[in-house]
Amino acid sequence: MSKRYALGERRGASGTLVETLADLTGRIRRGAPSTVPREIWSLRDIDVDIAAGDTLGVIGRNGAGKSTLLKVIARITEPTSGVSRTRGRVGALLEVGTGFHPELTGRENVYLNGAILGMRRREVDAKLEEIVEFAGVAPFMETPVKRFSSGMYLRLAFAIAACLDADILVVDEVLAVGDTEFQRRCLGRMESMRNEGRTVVFVSHDLDAVTRLCSRALWLDGGAMKRLGPADDVVSAYLASGRTFAARQVFAEDPTRPVSVLSVAVLDDAGTPTEALDRDTPLTLEVRFVVRERVPGLDMTVLVHNLRGVRVLDEAWSDSAHAAKREALGEYVARIVVPPILAAGEYVAGVWLGTPFESIFYEDDLLRFRLHGDANGRPNRITQLALPWDVRRVAPVALAKGG
Amino acid sequence: MPRVTTSEAQVWTENRPTSGLRLPRLAELWRYRELVYYLALRDVKARYKQTALGIGWAILQPIVGVAVVTLVFRRIAHVPSDGIPYPVFALTGFLVWNYFAGIVGDATDSVVANTPLVTKVYLPRLAAPVSAVLPALVTLIPGLVVLAALMAWEHVAPGPALALLPLWVLLLLATALGTGLLLAALNVRFRDVGGALGTLIQLWLLASPVAYPASLLPAGWSWAYAINPMAGVIEAFRWSLLDGPRPGADLTVSSAVSLVLLVGGLFYFEHQERRFADVI
Repeated sequence: MSKRYALGERRGASGTLVETLADLTGRIRRGAPSTVPREIWSLRDIDVDIAAGDTLGVIGRNGAGKSTLLKVIARITEPTSGVSRTRGRVGALLEVGTGFHPELTGRENVYLNGAILGMRRREVDAKLEEIVEFAGVAPFMETPVKRFSSGMYLRLAFAIAACLDADILVVDEVLAVGDTEFQRRCLGRMESMRNEGRTVVFVSHDLDAVTRLCSRALWLDGGAMKRLGPADDVVSAYLASGRTFAARQVFAEDPTRPVSVLSVAVLDDAGTPTEALDRDTPLTLEVRFVVRERVPGLDMTVLVHNLRGVRVLDEAWSDSAHAAKREALGEYVARIVVPPILAAGEYVAGVWLGTPFESIFYEDDLLRFRLHGDANGRPNRITQLALPWDVRRVAPVALAKGG
Repeated sequence: MPRVTTSEAQVWTENRPTSGLRLPRLAELWRYRELVYYLALRDVKARYKQTALGIGWAILQPIVGVAVVTLVFRRIAHVPSDGIPYPVFALTGFLVWNYFAGIVGDATDSVVANTPLVTKVYLPRLAAPVSAVLPALVTLIPGLVVLAALMAWEHVAPGPALALLPLWVLLLLATALGTGLLLAALNVRFRDVGGALGTLIQLWLLASPVAYPASLLPAGWSWAYAINPMAGVIEAFRWSLLDGPRPGADLTVSSAVSLVLLVGGLFYFEHQERRFADVI
């Protein structure tokens, strides 16, 4: 992507970019300014070195301090103690299309957004063609983006970020929005950024993406470093950790939010929440939620991961035939029945609720259940379908004579 | 594996807790000067979106304003105007004042209005209030054209002091930006600032020689004028543009106040800036 290659880079300090967040503790103050601020330690004693060209995935539950870590690396906020050192230009993609203005044309927004990300005008000039091509919005560059479809808007915003020339790229959950095709493109782009030798720090709930893209992963828990190491190891430890098996999760209701999830459960054949199920019978995933205000484009996805972080199910409401009445207010019970296709083993299920523009609710580790059954000695598979075989003898073998 | 590097690749940057005063990072602001321009462009475009008259408002507003003020202050209250035809006198005052008030208003709002930029991207936050200097130009320039026409009509010509005009423009910018920086930083913490701003600007307008000359004040009150930097700025503009009376020593005092405002505003903004992303 970039045309600048520093050939002498490997001389000297072995070309490493060391980023030390020694004894780093960030705190976020909340509450009215007149009151004594209550303090939350969002990050505690974080100490990580990231070598140049390395890709670090940051995982952890909501509120674990992942986004704060990115904000400190990107210098959006100061640490309370300790220091974060970076070498080279840091590009922060904490949100797609930050600073886009609906009244500006596509072209003007490209330049504005480029300037926001720290690009010079001539850098944007040089990349304009590439950006427009990647976004696929060439005929609309002189149109105010308020007339763009949401997909075009998103593509253009991501294209600018993707063409950003940064030595260190800090990415936060950008991939949680957009359709699957768009997410695939985003992941592909990040992969090529990694291959170009950029340093990437990537926060995601998509553990599959973390294992695929990242060489190393950092697991944050309550602001502290729980585990740091090869991405595979950290992701499986994360998935296997924490709460024991859970068949049902109930959430405290927040009446101020337009949409909230009330409960999530995994049900057996008889409709009872169960952690241990028979892999030979269908299981049901149930989400109860309430819609208090009209949310255009409201959609929901049920996700199931296996313990290796592979996403084995990702079923969207909008894909089903019953997606028509998505905007009426009220309390909903959504159920999907999973036929007995998954191999025996342990699974983690979660829910995403949102619109093409925002993630309203996203937890990929809500339920843990075990499917019991005979793996027939083949433990490494994802599905176990007992597919019907069609094997026929089509011709006899002519036996050699004279035997 | 090829290594991609930008020009900044060799530079270590540190993010560590800071305390006490720190120098405003003007060099960094300069590197981001294009951002200042695009933020301003965005604000101008947004302001005139779907208006039939568009920039026409910038011409209509001062004309109507001066007509009303001329009627009230000149015809009814018989306010003097230092021997300058009153409409020209008042229009000069209003153009300078409106530019000032426009910058202060935009700057005060600038950081809060750009919350996503403050919390999602690293950029010199100074760019937001500084960019507020530009949009108000869109109304100032047509206003100056109207003023020139009115001056020709009233046979008023600038004197040799016109050469000093750039100095007064800088003084005006310093005052407006200093005030705007202080209020913008305060506004992040206390949104009351937005509410109080209208009242502040109104009182300040009445305390400035916009519709009346400074010479109208009793001699003992000139100290009060000296500490109002806008008094000096407006009188100086009239001196340069309309060949009005030369401002006295008060101008020196109010220039000093302007500079103190600007430097104070810069330091206060820089001091508060480190917490913007957390408290906004």
